[in-house]
Amino acid sequence: MKLRKSEMAAIGSGRGTMDSQNQVQSDTVDRLKLLYPNVNEEETPLPRAWSTKDKFSYIGLSQNNLRVHYKGGTQGPGRRPHLPYLHLRLWMYRHGKTHRDAASVRATHPIPAACGLYYFEVRIVSKGRDGYMGIGLSAHGVNMNRLPGVGRFPPGWDKHSYGYHGDDGHSFCSSGTGQPYGPTFTTGDVIGCGVNLVDNTCFYTKNGHHLGIAFRGLPPNLYPTVGLQTPGEVVDTNFGQQPFVFDIEDMLKELRARTRVAIDEFPLPDEQGQWQQVLHRMVSTYLVHHGYCSTAQAFSRATGQPIDEDIASIKNRQRVSKLVLAGRVGEAVETTRRLWPGLLERDPDLLFLLKCRQFVEMVNGTDCEASEDGANGVATSVISHTGRPHKRSNGVAADAAEEGGGRDVDMAPAANGDHEEADASSQRASVERMLAFGRELYAMSQKLSQDLYHKSMLEDAFSLLAYSNPWDSPVGWQLEPVRREAVCDALNSAILESQGMQWSSPVEACVSHARSLLRRMSRASLGACAFADLSALLAR
Amino acid sequence: MEALVTLKNSVIGSNRQKSSVISQGVVPRLLQLMSEESLDPNIRLEATITIGSLAKGTPENIDSLIEKGTATALVEMLKTVPLGSKLAEAALCALRSIFSHKPAPVDALPADMRLLTRLTQIAREDSQEARTSVIRVLAVWCSGTVEQEALTCAGACSAAAAMLVVPPRSVPSPSRLVPALELLAAMCFKNPNVAQVALNTRHGDKSIPELLMCLVSRDKPLVVALKAAKCLTFLQRAGALPADDSRIVFGALPCLARLCTKENTEDIRASAAEVLAYLTEVDTSLQRLAAISNHLMSSLADIVNCQSAAAKQGAFKCFASLGANDEDIRKMIIETHGLMVHVVNGLNNPDPCVSLAAVRCLHSLSRSVQQLRTTFQDHAVWKPLMQLLNDSPGPELLNVGSSTLCNLLLEFSPAKEPMLDQGAVEMLCNLTKMSDPALRLNGIWALMNMAFQAEQKVKQRILCCLGTEQMFRLLGDSDTRVIMKMLGLLRNLLSTRQHIDAIMSEYSSQVMQLVRQAVIVVLEGSYPAEVKEQALCILGNIGDGEKSKDLIMANEDVLRKLVDYLAHPESKLQEAALFVAGNLVWRGEAGAAARQQRLAELGLLRALKLLRASHHAAHLHDKVKTALAQFNEFT
Repeated sequence: MKLRKSEMAAIGSGRGTMDSQNQVQSDTVDRLKLLYPNVNEEETPLPRAWSTKDKFSYIGLSQNNLRVHYKGGTQGPGRRPHLPYLHLRLWMYRHGKTHRDAASVRATHPIPAACGLYYFEVRIVSKGRDGYMGIGLSAHGVNMNRLPGVGRFPPGWDKHSYGYHGDDGHSFCSSGTGQPYGPTFTTGDVIGCGVNLVDNTCFYTKNGHHLGIAFRGLPPNLYPTVGLQTPGEVVDTNFGQQPFVFDIEDMLKELRARTRVAIDEFPLPDEQGQWQQVLHRMVSTYLVHHGYCSTAQAFSRATGQPIDEDIASIKNRQRVSKLVLAGRVGEAVETTRRLWPGLLERDPDLLFLLKCRQFVEMVNGTDCEASEDGANGVATSVISHTGRPHKRSNGVAADAAEEGGGRDVDMAPAANGDHEEADASSQRASVERMLAFGRELYAMSQKLSQDLYHKSMLEDAFSLLAYSNPWDSPVGWQLEPVRREAVCDALNSAILESQGMQWSSPVEACVSHARSLLRRMSRASLGACAFADLSALLAR
Repeated sequence: MEALVTLKNSVIGSNRQKSSVISQGVVPRLLQLMSEESLDPNIRLEATITIGSLAKGTPENIDSLIEKGTATALVEMLKTVPLGSKLAEAALCALRSIFSHKPAPVDALPADMRLLTRLTQIAREDSQEARTSVIRVLAVWCSGTVEQEALTCAGACSAAAAMLVVPPRSVPSPSRLVPALELLAAMCFKNPNVAQVALNTRHGDKSIPELLMCLVSRDKPLVVALKAAKCLTFLQRAGALPADDSRIVFGALPCLARLCTKENTEDIRASAAEVLAYLTEVDTSLQRLAAISNHLMSSLADIVNCQSAAAKQGAFKCFASLGANDEDIRKMIIETHGLMVHVVNGLNNPDPCVSLAAVRCLHSLSRSVQQLRTTFQDHAVWKPLMQLLNDSPGPELLNVGSSTLCNLLLEFSPAKEPMLDQGAVEMLCNLTKMSDPALRLNGIWALMNMAFQAEQKVKQRILCCLGTEQMFRLLGDSDTRVIMKMLGLLRNLLSTRQHIDAIMSEYSSQVMQLVRQAVIVVLEGSYPAEVKEQALCILGNIGDGEKSKDLIMANEDVLRKLVDYLAHPESKLQEAALFVAGNLVWRGEAGAAARQQRLAELGLLRALKLLRASHHAAHLHDKVKTALAQFNEFT
């Protein structure tokens, strides 16, 4: 369908610029963002290092808190007491041989559920004296004077502690006795710990090989944890800042595919399951909402969907939208005043938005030879809205809409004639007019409530005047035609609202509803939210 | 034409109609219409489609179609029919249906280069449907080295590679990928040349192993991942990829281990276990890796519990491969909950494939001394094993089973005694008479193990049962390993003094004959030093017996040989000869002086003195001195 494309362009357009900003960031550092795209770090920060506070005192940290070593207590290995030989042996035996010497450290933050599949790797730099090391997870508040997974006696006291131990390869789940789980590990090995937050299981890897599921039924909000017990034990940690030894991407792909199938195959009650009907309705309302008048009519004929709005009214909205999108904001304001009297007066914020845009478009038009946007006749919009009333506004815009059915930012040159006149009128006159308009705008802003939003909008717009070539300036983004869309949507919504209709289309409401549901899922620790890729789902 | 269309419509979707049409003898006419080049292409097309529909009928339908030469006719047609035409597609479809039937009429498709080139061209360029069909036909057809090589020359590798590409963001389709993967697997199976070609075949920017690596990932359909892992496995086993190649270690192996887990369907698990067994059959590092991958042990133990024979067979084979070399893995296998019971049950399984796989597993585990002493004894595994071997087993089962027996009969194995009572000796003696050298070897090996430090009655039983004639035959066996074990058996039979004398008194003439045979034939023949050493050791053993010494002394040529070997450049033969000489000249026994006299005459003394003077034999000097000390009268 041809519509599909323009529909996507409309939905995606607002985000397009944001994406490119993200790109710049991730290129420099953040692999974690790529691994866990659905995690909102303002709400739930990712573990990025070991905590300097949430650790037992025998643990030492270094290298940006990513390296952990065992330093022991006050009578640590470096301060071995002077004792007779036998006593020394006894001391040696006790020091580092008993659970009392074990010490753990937790990561700075718990694992956010929105990770979906969380993974970190620990490289054993040195197994130290006995290689009594444990790698795993624990809940906040679990005693740190033991290896992960080892509970206090009676077992089960320290709930929610899970570990895989290097000396015997056993897995420990909040108890003093382990289960045979995997191979032992020692100096040079890389042990990975993965948490599947969809089915709440934990698995380990050794040197990139999946060892199988170790624990099931994990509680939420666990912290990555390592524990050491004898002198010389040193481990390095990779929370995702470096590439992993294990191919975690492969598992992520699997979970994404699985989630997608679950969504596709989700059973619906019969009355809601009439997809065709629902979709037709959505498409139709969307077309009407954005004023794709003739397309909506054609669609309605083909599918038998009723159109709730008067055709003339749709066409009027369409005409105004066209004007805004073509940058002819002045004309749009005039038309709006004429067709919906009182609307702009009741909504000064909207009027201010429009006027601001108009100012930007005036700048856009001043240098008509330099930019192709200028050739669109925008330059004359200020002049013509008084000088040449309604000469073409009824003709061109409506016709173009009838023909194309869709709008595009790169408009066909609608105003060839304007050039000559613009050339003729002196540049100076136009600049003066612009300045006069600017003063008017400033006066208007003074009357409005002085919030930051309005202020910065006006400042940005005025800043354009400071540059000899505004298109190539730091504030040049304002001149991009894509910026007209937001203004156009605001105006369209206001008109619809004034007519007693919904200010947003059901499709868009549906998408934002889905987004907010995903946010709720992530707060409720439902890991599947990580794999519901909305834009991919919609793109299908 | 209209009649054809009516006929076509009537047979489509109805097996009853198909049978009736075939029984009315319409097929030859259809074939004729189909093959006649002068006819209207539409008529030929309709005829071909009708044949194709008939080929989707019951197995009997297909049998009768094949009988009437349908496959050959279709192949003939493919030689001439224009590529890309509907007719070619219909013909391929029909041929695919016929080849999906077992047994497929592989003879209908000759290994003709022009034809194969044409078919691979179709597989590269034609419509999707035609490509899939032709690849499936070729996959079934490719069953031997000749076919493998022919297809490779015809460029089938690149055709298969082209089918393996999954465009990004599209859902991979098993119906397209699986035939291509099957073809690739069939072509590479145990064929190093083809595997090498496949390794270097590229499509776009990726080689075949790289394409396969994409397909074993977790988001691909299970059957696709399975077949891709199988291809990688075959490439590895055919020598194209090393065992530590990342595509094996991080691609095929984890994929197969994952497919064995409980979440998957029984047939996927069964096939995955089978492929994994093949992958890990030889290489110890892969065995170790598989053993720790994704709880494979418990997955396999669970597969053993499945109902189907294929599943049990796959799991047992996999256990057998994993436990082949590493004692720790064998321990892990044994410790897997309840496994031994299943192995014993597997031995009793009526399906010969399952019992064979169970014996393989048992064989692998029987390499562990600890298991022989403990678990095997607890479960009396020898009982069902003996039963299987007595029950006219197939050659493969006999081979693996007798190898297992060898291990069960080792001296420290507690199973030795009860097995004797079950007629193990007789069975093993029969094995030594088999035409397959591997079986003879197992038989004689097991007897040798049995005779080691055995009681006298056991030794006598072996001697009786085997018989000197058979022993002579085995000493002249074409397989050196058999001779070696036969000598070993003699040596074990003739050990400890009392036994030697007792046996010599009963069987002196035969045994002496045997020994002479052993010494003369073996020592003179061009056998490796190990064999000759064994022969000398036997002499040494006999020389230890009181009465048997005389038997050696009576044999002049044996004695001469002995003296020669004292000067042999191979030091272990010198040592062995010295051991014989030492026993013969030992002073404390009756007749020692006479023996010394005789041996000195034959030059033994001189040989010993030479040995003492030799620098090369420094490590033997102590023994030489001891021997010389016996000759005090002469020195």
